[in-house]
Amino acid sequence: MSRTDTGASERVADHPPSGPGRPRRGLTERLLAVRELSLLIALAALILVTTMRNDRFLSAQSIKDLLLGCAILVILAVGQTLVIVTRNVDLSIGSILGLVAFATGELFLAAPGTPWPVALLVGVALGGLCGVVNGGLIAVAKVPALVITLGTLYAFRGIDYYWAAGRQINAADMPRSFLRLGNQTVLGVPVLFLVALVVVAAAGFYLRSYRSGRELYAIGSEPAAARLSGIPVGRRVFAVFAANGALAGLAGVLYAARFGTLDAAAGAGLELQVVAAAVVGGVAIFGGSGSVYGAALGAVLLTTIGSSLAVLRIDPFWQQAVVGALILAAIGLDRLLALRTAARLRGGSAHGA
Amino acid sequence: MAHDSLYTAPPSGAGVETEREGGRFAALRRALGSWDAAVVAALVVAVLLASASVQNFATGRNAQFLLLDLVPLALLALPMTLIVITGEIDLSVASMVGLSSTLMGQMWLSSGLSLELICVLVVLLGGVLGAVNGVFITGFGLPSLAVTIGTLALYRGLSFVVLGDQAVADFPPSWTAAAVRNLPGASIPAAVVPVLLLAVVFGVVLHATPVGRALYAMGNNDQAATFAGVSVARTKFWLFVVSGAVCGLVGVFWTLRYASARGDNATGLELTVVTAVLLGGVSIFGGRGGLLGVVGGVLLLGVLRNALQLADVDANALTIVTGTLLIASVVLPNAVANLRARLHRRRQRAHLTAS
Amino acid sequence: MSPDTDGTQTSPLLVLDDITKSFGAVAALRGVHLALHRGAAHALVGENGAGKSTLVKVLAGAHAPDSGRMTLDGQPLVLRGPADARAAGIAVIYQEPTLFPDLSVAENIFMGRQPLRGARRIDSRAMNRATERLFARLGVRIDPTRPARGLSIADQQLVEIAKALSFDARVLVMDEPTAALSGVEVERLFGVARSLCERGAAVLFISHRFDEVFDLCQRITVMRDGAWVSSDPAADLTVDEVVRRMVGRDVSSLYPKQDTTLRDTLLDVRGLSRAGVFSDVSFTVHGGEIVALAGLVGAGRSEVARAIFGVDRYDAGQVRVAGRVLRPGNPRKAIAAGMALVPEDRRQQGLVMELSVERNATLARRRALSRLGLLLGGAERAEARCWTRRLQVKTSRLAAPVATLSGGNQQKVVLAKWLATEPRILIIDEPTRGIDVGTKAEVHRLLSELAGAGLAILMISSELPEVLGMADRVLVMHEGRVVRELPRAEADETSVMFAATGQGAAA
Repeated sequence: MSRTDTGASERVADHPPSGPGRPRRGLTERLLAVRELSLLIALAALILVTTMRNDRFLSAQSIKDLLLGCAILVILAVGQTLVIVTRNVDLSIGSILGLVAFATGELFLAAPGTPWPVALLVGVALGGLCGVVNGGLIAVAKVPALVITLGTLYAFRGIDYYWAAGRQINAADMPRSFLRLGNQTVLGVPVLFLVALVVVAAAGFYLRSYRSGRELYAIGSEPAAARLSGIPVGRRVFAVFAANGALAGLAGVLYAARFGTLDAAAGAGLELQVVAAAVVGGVAIFGGSGSVYGAALGAVLLTTIGSSLAVLRIDPFWQQAVVGALILAAIGLDRLLALRTAARLRGGSAHGA
Repeated sequence: MAHDSLYTAPPSGAGVETEREGGRFAALRRALGSWDAAVVAALVVAVLLASASVQNFATGRNAQFLLLDLVPLALLALPMTLIVITGEIDLSVASMVGLSSTLMGQMWLSSGLSLELICVLVVLLGGVLGAVNGVFITGFGLPSLAVTIGTLALYRGLSFVVLGDQAVADFPPSWTAAAVRNLPGASIPAAVVPVLLLAVVFGVVLHATPVGRALYAMGNNDQAATFAGVSVARTKFWLFVVSGAVCGLVGVFWTLRYASARGDNATGLELTVVTAVLLGGVSIFGGRGGLLGVVGGVLLLGVLRNALQLADVDANALTIVTGTLLIASVVLPNAVANLRARLHRRRQRAHLTAS
Repeated sequence: MSPDTDGTQTSPLLVLDDITKSFGAVAALRGVHLALHRGAAHALVGENGAGKSTLVKVLAGAHAPDSGRMTLDGQPLVLRGPADARAAGIAVIYQEPTLFPDLSVAENIFMGRQPLRGARRIDSRAMNRATERLFARLGVRIDPTRPARGLSIADQQLVEIAKALSFDARVLVMDEPTAALSGVEVERLFGVARSLCERGAAVLFISHRFDEVFDLCQRITVMRDGAWVSSDPAADLTVDEVVRRMVGRDVSSLYPKQDTTLRDTLLDVRGLSRAGVFSDVSFTVHGGEIVALAGLVGAGRSEVARAIFGVDRYDAGQVRVAGRVLRPGNPRKAIAAGMALVPEDRRQQGLVMELSVERNATLARRRALSRLGLLLGGAERAEARCWTRRLQVKTSRLAAPVATLSGGNQQKVVLAKWLATEPRILIIDEPTRGIDVGTKAEVHRLLSELAGAGLAILMISSELPEVLGMADRVLVMHEGRVVRELPRAEADETSVMFAATGQGAAA
């Protein structure tokens, strides 16, 4: 895409001094740390202000609702981060979630005795299959993921509608053990949120500590260089889409467990929220940088804004507008920081040589 | 490395072979260039098939509904075509339509201005919304994909802020009737006329003006365009402004057509618009495509959905068709080109080992 | 020097035999031979476009040759990708560094080969320590944890060298690694290359600087137009002989600049500065004159040209065209004032490769050619036909994408595009890069004619013979400053290279 070149020109112009006096920590790393910190501060401030207006906001029930509310978004944001880091995007996850959620309901309708772990595995596998379709099409056609996943967004959703044919699946159709999964808590923390935490931790650990994880960043940072250094770019991107599909599948099963009532419209429009969470969380939309922790925090922040608006008695209609403004602020801030860093590095060069 | 073979005669046999292959490639490229023609042909086939096999498709009443439904999509696809050709994208169009619609409703409800003036104001406000996109994208140098995802949420949110979950519906019947009125003596809605006029204007700008040349140049290579004296940022800024203004226009039409200004008007339409543009042969990488193809793409999309709907396919399940069409339209040309290139390479290798 | 000066005592480590590679109709390599010996440095020289970089890509596994054989240590070698080349112990340092800007320097060096600890996790402390050791060997101090973004070209090159060191390459390929390096850095690089040789590695060194070639290498292979010309011990060759083989004919006959009478000052640049890129650049160009801007790659020559034309902004200074101040940062104003810029990078800046010859040739004239804002009635076609004929562009159709043309013809299209604007000032950056000898002579004749017709020409060139043959005056840049101005009579290879490497300023 032609709009990815801003970094390159900066790089050429920069002549920073190298050598003594440089901070020990990498610049990107510090900015990322700052981003995660600033998200936490924003989150804390938001909770503080809301609690001051209404102390029930910090009650056990309300916290539980909040954690329940953000769990699914967090899982999706983690998957999306894997994709975006490689300079791709997956718009089809909302449809995958809807399809898997409905399939889970159908599974219980067809075989009421299915134990829930089996349903979970089936859901993840189905999601993974959808991801494989995405990844395969992208690999075969060498077309931007944006276009392919826009197409599968429609296709998967259409299959969902075709299958559902206007029917709705209700909580009564699903076993109680499965539904409990959606609401149960351990020490006051919802199981759903614990699942999300495990996903975040696993993905974060993988991205930081494994060669193939680092290669994802390399691919997004400079695809041509990645090819020249022997990274199997096509295979990695394919795997990332499969993994993202599987995570969307997991989210779909959890969605079914949490809400109980399912129709073919489940999860519609979720893809933009997820991209928003990742972007707010500091994942660069054109790849190469960002962490799943940031994306997860972004998802939590977006969810919290939603609930606190309600508590603050601000018209809930403001919620979406705030999300939009937040996205613009986040990418604008990133750009500003990048420009200032570049200017500083350039200024240093006059005496650097 | 482009080695120059002009002044050194290539070994004779291979020269002829590559010459012929070059010709074949050129033919393929020309065929892809005439994607326009392919889309129009597909459209004709679809219309003929639907007329023959779907009851009630080939009726004046259906044609009228079909065209009326396509007016917003067709209008939005015009500026989107230009934007995608420059290598950018505007995902906020549907939200701008929604916000324009609720602004119109709110002004009608509370300002006491005449409806004529309100319509003009709404179009101008649409331009302002587009200018906000343009400032973020060209002024601050942010990727349009991220910016317009942001304004997609922002504008949709604001449109709910303007009217809440209310709807304004008490527009004068003379106006709402005018929006759906037919041309005298034909079962074609009058609203099609301004759409056609705008399509001609956009088509001429894109294909026969210096601005259009600049759009293709910057979509393929914005550096080379800059070196040739094209003001890339300024041109893109104005494209987003135009996109916003057209959204304002669509907002007005949508409100009158359904006699209802609501916050959720046109929700999700942005993806259909992008689909129609890509189906029309515009490359998502920028720099390739034409307006005729896009108009064909819009009509093809509309005809297929309409026919299947008449054939009692669930309206929502129709998105399978949209999605499949989109994927096929990008996968097929690339897959064919890849296959050809591979065959070409193999043949060349065989030739070399033989000689 | 190494004991096997002519490299025939031992059997070669890496052999390329009869390698061919074509891109579409263009043959980039035609039957190339190359033999690299253990413990020896081998130079590969040739003009731009001779196919050196393609050969490097073949060695790196990035291009598969169409035919030919490669052997490593006597065993057949087939490279299916860059990973294979690396596994075979072939390290490549490219002309343009290929780093990941978002990742740390250490990760850039060890990507895909990071040291591991338990459960196959990356041991980043070991990785950083190893990076520090590599940098210590190179005698540089770069923080291993800093991101690659923002490193200077020289530092990026050092990271690439550290990468090559890190996997104990048996074959080290360096594609013009010294272009952006200063004297000290070059010495350091050569030290590393020699120590690798002493350990039995083979080095392939590509450079345009003959002093370096003769300093480092024991054998020299010459390529021309994609074909192998000769391989001989360096001791048996002279610079003149190498140049003759590269060019394929006598050098002097190539550059036919006629003497012309000078006219008024057309371009007047005063105190132009851009922080960190160039500073206080002042010069004038008269009508009828060709002024060459010489210097090493990275000296800031192209950047000055871009700033004058308005593609980049500048922080201080002024550009005057025929006495009138030109508005900065606006190429359109520059074009309107009669300026034209043929940029150095034809594919990225000069042409829109996917568009047709016709569209490219008339892109800068699109407004002038329109009537009432419309481009109708084939005005562009007529204009494009006129100029492509005048410059003898060889193309099947005007509607053919310019990407299908050969390098020389592409350059002619760029020239046509700018000459069609009827400029008074022509800035031309590397006028003959990557085009064949015949077209080169044509371009030189054309430039001479244009100067004769009264144009002011500012020519940036990295090819010394071109500079010396064409220019009435030579301005030499070094590290962002104009350090010498030499009239034609005083300009020779030594004086220009002396100033360009920064030694002139000290003397």
